[in-house]
Amino acid sequence: MSVPGGGGAPELFEMPPGEPDLPRGRSGLLSGLSQEGAKGVLIAVVSTVVVFFVLGWVVVHSENWPEVKRAFFNGAEFKDTFPGIASRFLRNVEYFLIAEVFILAWALTLAVMRSLPGPVFFPLRLMSILYTDFFRGIPTVLVVYLLGFGVPAMQLPGVPRSNAFWAVVALILSYSAYVAEVYRAGIESIHPSQVASARSLGLTRMQSLRFVVIPQAVRRVIPPLLNDFVGLQKDTALVAFVVAVPEAFKQAQLEQYADFNFTPYLGAAIMFLIVTIPMTRLVDWLIQRERARRQAGGGL
Amino acid sequence: MSAAPTSDGRVLRIEGLHKSFGKLEVLKGIDLALSEHEVVCLIGASGSGKSTLLRCIDLLEPIDRGRIVIHGEDVTRRGVDVNRVRRRIGIVFQAFNLFPHMTVLRNVTLGPTEALKLSRSEAEARALELLERFGLADKKDDYPDRLSGGQQQRVAIIRSLAMQPDILLLDEVTSALDPELVSGVLDLIRELARAGMTMVIATHEMGFARDIANRVCFLDQGVILEEGPPDQIFSSPREPRTQEFLQSILEAGRM
Repeated sequence: MSVPGGGGAPELFEMPPGEPDLPRGRSGLLSGLSQEGAKGVLIAVVSTVVVFFVLGWVVVHSENWPEVKRAFFNGAEFKDTFPGIASRFLRNVEYFLIAEVFILAWALTLAVMRSLPGPVFFPLRLMSILYTDFFRGIPTVLVVYLLGFGVPAMQLPGVPRSNAFWAVVALILSYSAYVAEVYRAGIESIHPSQVASARSLGLTRMQSLRFVVIPQAVRRVIPPLLNDFVGLQKDTALVAFVVAVPEAFKQAQLEQYADFNFTPYLGAAIMFLIVTIPMTRLVDWLIQRERARRQAGGGL
Repeated sequence: MSAAPTSDGRVLRIEGLHKSFGKLEVLKGIDLALSEHEVVCLIGASGSGKSTLLRCIDLLEPIDRGRIVIHGEDVTRRGVDVNRVRRRIGIVFQAFNLFPHMTVLRNVTLGPTEALKLSRSEAEARALELLERFGLADKKDDYPDRLSGGQQQRVAIIRSLAMQPDILLLDEVTSALDPELVSGVLDLIRELARAGMTMVIATHEMGFARDIANRVCFLDQGVILEEGPPDQIFSSPREPRTQEFLQSILEAGRM
């Protein structure tokens, strides 16, 4: 399957042709242990402890460590600021959830527009292509500035003036371009014989898409979609650039300005990691499961 | 089944059908007519145009020249609603092409509920009756990948039957099956023939063609080179190309 590049749309789960014996991805971390049994596990544990201890010792005993510790790992500062940052993170989750719903719907619309055949639909295809080219070609942060500051500044009647509202709209517009490409890869991966079957039953083109192509396509692209979810969760921090009411990153920034200490950023990072690491693991697990299923010969 | 037969009583009439893929002319003027309850088998080497002919009849491939007339209606003229035509024609493919994300029952009811706009319960009643009749009722809640190839192909045929088509097209439906699974599918088709289903069957199973067909057509390089009752085609073919083809089949031990 060819996923046409893009930071948000990584290659799916098919092995590159001609290299069937590549190591099986990140989830191969623990591979090799089971083969060597208890002895292997023991060696792994001992060497891990030694390596981490040595690294830690070198860092802590380096000349500038006290400075670094004061600036980034200040316990008192952390205790002081973390609860505030953690509660502000709820706002990031809220931005994420709202944006994701619209992204999934709008991106699917874009992908379907692009897959419509025939000369009649050329304008729709062209619009979809221009849209994805445009929004994948410019930095998301730029779109956030443009809409987040630009639209409220115009003070148009009947148009929301909230910076946060337009920043989230910017995220939706930008991420939809990436997610549309993921959907499209999925749609194009469905064998034409499936469409022939549906059409031969007298289903219309749209019915074939709705009942046969899209359900299968979406199932296949769940792992890369989740990857984009992880990216979106992180990029909710971009809203910080245009809002007065802080989310986690902005809150950390305010604390940093107040105390001239960078530890609050560590607190914000921890909050993001709490959400993104499980999501990344879930993606790995899904990819692994999909691969196993394919090797077992199952169709889906 | 539906639609009144026209004056000549033909369910299907094909006149001067031409079809090319790029520069390759696959069908070079096919004429073929089927009466109600007739079973016609298409035989011929791979690449002789059997599959393309069936796909053209179901309007899955646009044709270059000629006409296809179903119950008196020219379905190849401009402006025909292809979806309406396809609802009256069933086609079953070599590779089954069941929908892998749907249960057997949903595979069979999808066409009736969405294309024929039957209610879910009507469609399910119709599907269950067919599954029952062909011994697959216990598989109704399974997904296709849990079924053997033979069972999948029988479901695919049932999926077409659920549309209650005027005519059924079978495109080498046993070619992808392990030998021991072939007979179950052929038995089903025999039963359909007994029940009076009008069918065009492209097949490599000569024994089967011989005992099910009313008429056998030998396709060679895009034309029907010879046609006649099965006994005549298989026992005393007139054309040298037909003799050659049947000889090669005989030598391959498939007759």
